[in-house]
Amino acid sequence: MPRITAEEVRVVAHLARLSLTDEEVRLFTQQLDTILDYVQQLQRLKTESVSPTTHVLPLANVLRPDQITPSLDPETVAALAPQRKGRFIQVPKIIETEPG
Amino acid sequence: MSRPLWALTAHELADALRQGQVRPREAVEAVLERWQSTNTLLHAYLGVNAEAVRARAERLASQAPQGKLFGVPVAIKDNICVRAEETTCASRILRGFRPPYHATVVERLEAEGAIILGRLNMDEFAFGSSTESSAHGVTRNPWDATRIPGGSSGGSAAAVAADSAFAALGSDTGGSIRQPAAMCGVVGLKPTYGRVSRYGLIAFASSLDQIGPLAKDVTDAALLLEVIAGYDPRDSTSAEVPVPPYRERLTQGLQGLRIGIPRECFVDGLDPEVRRAVEEAIKVLRQLGAACEPTSLPHAEYAVATYYILATAEASSNLARFDGVQYGWRNAAPRGSLLEMYQRTRAEGFGAEAKRRIMLGTYVLSHGYYDAYYARALKVRTLIKQDFDRAFERFDCLVTPTAPTPAFRFGEKLEDPLSMYLSDIYTISVNLAGIPGISVPCGFSKTGLPIGLQVLAAPFQEERLLRAAYAYEQATAWHTRQPEVAETTPSR
Amino acid sequence: MNYETTIGLEVHVQLATRSKAFCGCANNFGAAPNAQTCPVCLGLPGSLPVLNQAAFELAVRTALALNCQITDRIQFDRKHYFYPDLPKAFQISQYDQPLSHDGHLDIPVQEQTKRVRIHRAHLEEDAGKLLHEAGDGASLVDFNRAGVPLLEIVSEPDLASPDEAFTYLTRLKLILQYLEVSSCDMEKGTLRCDANLSVRRQGEAALGSKVEIKNLNSFRHVRAALRYEQERQVAALQSGQRIAQETRLWDAALERTRPMRSKEEASDYRYFREPDLVPFSVSPETIGRVREGLPELPESRKARLMRDDRLSSYDADLVTSSRRLADLYEATVALHRQPKAVANYLISELLAYAHVRSLEIEAVAVEPAHLAQLLQLIEAGAISRPVAKNVFVEMIESRVPPGEIVTRKGLGQISDGAALEGIIAQVIAANAQTVADVRAGKASAFQFLIGQCMKATQGKANPQRVAEQLRQSLSQQTGGS
Repeated sequence: MPRITAEEVRVVAHLARLSLTDEEVRLFTQQLDTILDYVQQLQRLKTESVSPTTHVLPLANVLRPDQITPSLDPETVAALAPQRKGRFIQVPKIIETEPG
Repeated sequence: MSRPLWALTAHELADALRQGQVRPREAVEAVLERWQSTNTLLHAYLGVNAEAVRARAERLASQAPQGKLFGVPVAIKDNICVRAEETTCASRILRGFRPPYHATVVERLEAEGAIILGRLNMDEFAFGSSTESSAHGVTRNPWDATRIPGGSSGGSAAAVAADSAFAALGSDTGGSIRQPAAMCGVVGLKPTYGRVSRYGLIAFASSLDQIGPLAKDVTDAALLLEVIAGYDPRDSTSAEVPVPPYRERLTQGLQGLRIGIPRECFVDGLDPEVRRAVEEAIKVLRQLGAACEPTSLPHAEYAVATYYILATAEASSNLARFDGVQYGWRNAAPRGSLLEMYQRTRAEGFGAEAKRRIMLGTYVLSHGYYDAYYARALKVRTLIKQDFDRAFERFDCLVTPTAPTPAFRFGEKLEDPLSMYLSDIYTISVNLAGIPGISVPCGFSKTGLPIGLQVLAAPFQEERLLRAAYAYEQATAWHTRQPEVAETTPSR
Repeated sequence: MNYETTIGLEVHVQLATRSKAFCGCANNFGAAPNAQTCPVCLGLPGSLPVLNQAAFELAVRTALALNCQITDRIQFDRKHYFYPDLPKAFQISQYDQPLSHDGHLDIPVQEQTKRVRIHRAHLEEDAGKLLHEAGDGASLVDFNRAGVPLLEIVSEPDLASPDEAFTYLTRLKLILQYLEVSSCDMEKGTLRCDANLSVRRQGEAALGSKVEIKNLNSFRHVRAALRYEQERQVAALQSGQRIAQETRLWDAALERTRPMRSKEEASDYRYFREPDLVPFSVSPETIGRVREGLPELPESRKARLMRDDRLSSYDADLVTSSRRLADLYEATVALHRQPKAVANYLISELLAYAHVRSLEIEAVAVEPAHLAQLLQLIEAGAISRPVAKNVFVEMIESRVPPGEIVTRKGLGQISDGAALEGIIAQVIAANAQTVADVRAGKASAFQFLIGQCMKATQGKANPQRVAEQLRQSLSQQTGGS
């Protein structure tokens, strides 16, 4: 049984905001299936009593003082953008007011 | 001087500049000339701002020599931000992006008098082991132009090997400095996680990435590390550990050094020529006074699987920001919706390997799969790290091959992502554990392809691995061999 | 059939730091578009966050004031979604190891105290702001707000009515103001609130379907939206419909909620540990020190004023309804030991002053020394109450001590018999008909004459003395005829 279906690949592509061609969906379904099959080897290990490592260094409490440092020139910021209007960054008209 | 200027090592050049035997402008012209005559074939560089380079050399010439790298041109991988210079990670999606700021390592290089020479080719977003996934075309191996230079810092390794850079910076997330260094016959050092600031390095996998040098010899690697290492308040994960004078400590010799040889590294898939070269190298280390003994890293075999879950998960997150809103490439189809803009921009902006990794990373973090993949991989990471902790209780250094094979041919592994991933089998666990590692040349295949020896040490023990690598380098002549690069005149 | 309502609130508070949560850009409102941005808060590739110490400390302070437990190992996580105001396409937030958890806030409900449990309070970063041009225009992004530190305070679903929700918010805001951690200005968005509400038949064990309500721009809107939603859900249940679990937006103009356009997929935020930030912890010693350093909060201050100053519950409530008002009250009482008089004057005059001008109490500048002096002038009979009202206003607006205003303008009260006699004589002479009415026993006519005397002195006459002397004059005249 495949580990991932074309339908799941499409859902993931939507989450990642990638539009895929049918050919890409087919290819990724097959390639991701191979990779997911390979990583199944991790299921062999007993990990119940192992704690996860998210940071390799034992650093903690790294803070910066609450001081204002210079911002960028707003002209520089707007100039980076593919589309701008004045010093705003322009995007296609949004109809909905909530993250999707 | 009988050798051409461009053939000098960085420390030789630095000495000559400091003593006034060479002027910064001469150094720059020599390396620009070499770049022009080799880049058409090798395509190590994506861009060189010759005008800015010459201007900087002129400014330096008007000053008294100051700094460890005064007047030395250093080239930079295309994922390290240089103010106002196009920085693209070899991706279409960052086309035209000129960061309004310098990476910390660039500031540090300039503070020591270095001249930032140009941007080096790489796998797109450092996703790859062959530099074939660059959106700007492949880089060729100076030892054999039909082969890949390794990756992802393939441009860095090729430029240093071909003498079109005195030294270069790369980045290493799973072997991206060490593996191309091995395949191009140069020295490549991945520092301890937290040793070098990541501020200004365009992130691939934030918990694994480190910037490090690719250099003509171990002394140069030590010199560059001295300059770029150290605490940076702009990087929360940078460690406040003092930076020793690495160069001064190179010559301590190997007497009494305890070296472990992980037996897991000498199994299936290891090319016999690589195996023989590494075994010969171990003999040399013994002769130099090191005590070499077998050891074990029992979870090493799980490193690749663990890595491809963790690294792609982080990459899918780090690359989410490339959405066409603020900078870089945007598909601005008239009257397109926001969703269409996102989807088309990202579909057009990313290459196949980037898409594949974004897909895999998104999948392993998504609802219902997180525990089975991501959470489990974090735990296996602990097991892999503990293997190293235990090994370093007994040994000062570990020695392994850097890569299982010498450089392969273009296209050989493109169709099979998993076989490409397996070419990092010896380097990946080092990033998972956060420890430092270096690759030094240790021989050649019968067909004349370089082979690399990897030396590892405990966190913040770069001094030890440099010392071992230096002693080995001084006892052998591999690093003095030069590739014969066919020079071409670029068409204008 | 009776129904029970269950409400939970999520409050986002912008913390009043000088700089943003993870970079050194200024944290203030109203700068030109994108003028307060840098590589970090813009999420430019290669930039890295470093947590602001003040943001962390203000968050800990607030969590402790809300009786929360501080988590042993505090961690940050990435919450992913694509939206143009979110520069990195993920928000730095907290998921399974939030800054704090399991607190509570006591609120008054029908003369009783009700304990509302607080699920968690965690730190995160704000997003930028979107402007939508009219018609076919584009949407525009301003990232000045991106990266401003937010504390998200999530209540348990312990609130049983829209009124309780309103009281909870009012109390929470008051505590935040006492702590001086935020300006708590809903208009400027430094305090924001999302609500969720469900309805079930009385006695049913399971909660009803939860409906989230967004776009609530004031506490009044929160209450109105919850009332609307409560009625809508009860009506739906009564007519046999099922309640869909969904997110609805409050339309303040139409005074109703409406469903948000359904999303294309259920959100999947793919939380994972933020690798660019390290873990944080707060030692028990620090927790003890912060707790001791907390200011007196409104509940205990009210109790103290009732006990020590013998204020009524009503007066003490009003005086402590803002930290600024309570501070002013105490500073004034320290100079003029008449608590009741000070409280009355603040409640009647200062609150009225602010109300008429639609000002927050915080925006009205009153010197305790000036207020004390004004009350002393009144009590000594040196100025009349009507004059005092005007002096009060002038004193606030000019910052001149009231004594000086009275002297300069000659506003001293006229209590002198001889001076009043002449004025009274004139008023009697000019109002023969009214005088006749007084004599016929019309009480209102007498008040009218007093008013005329006050008017003739621009309010400076001592009204009691005027009444006495007027009564005398009228009776003399009667006796004389």
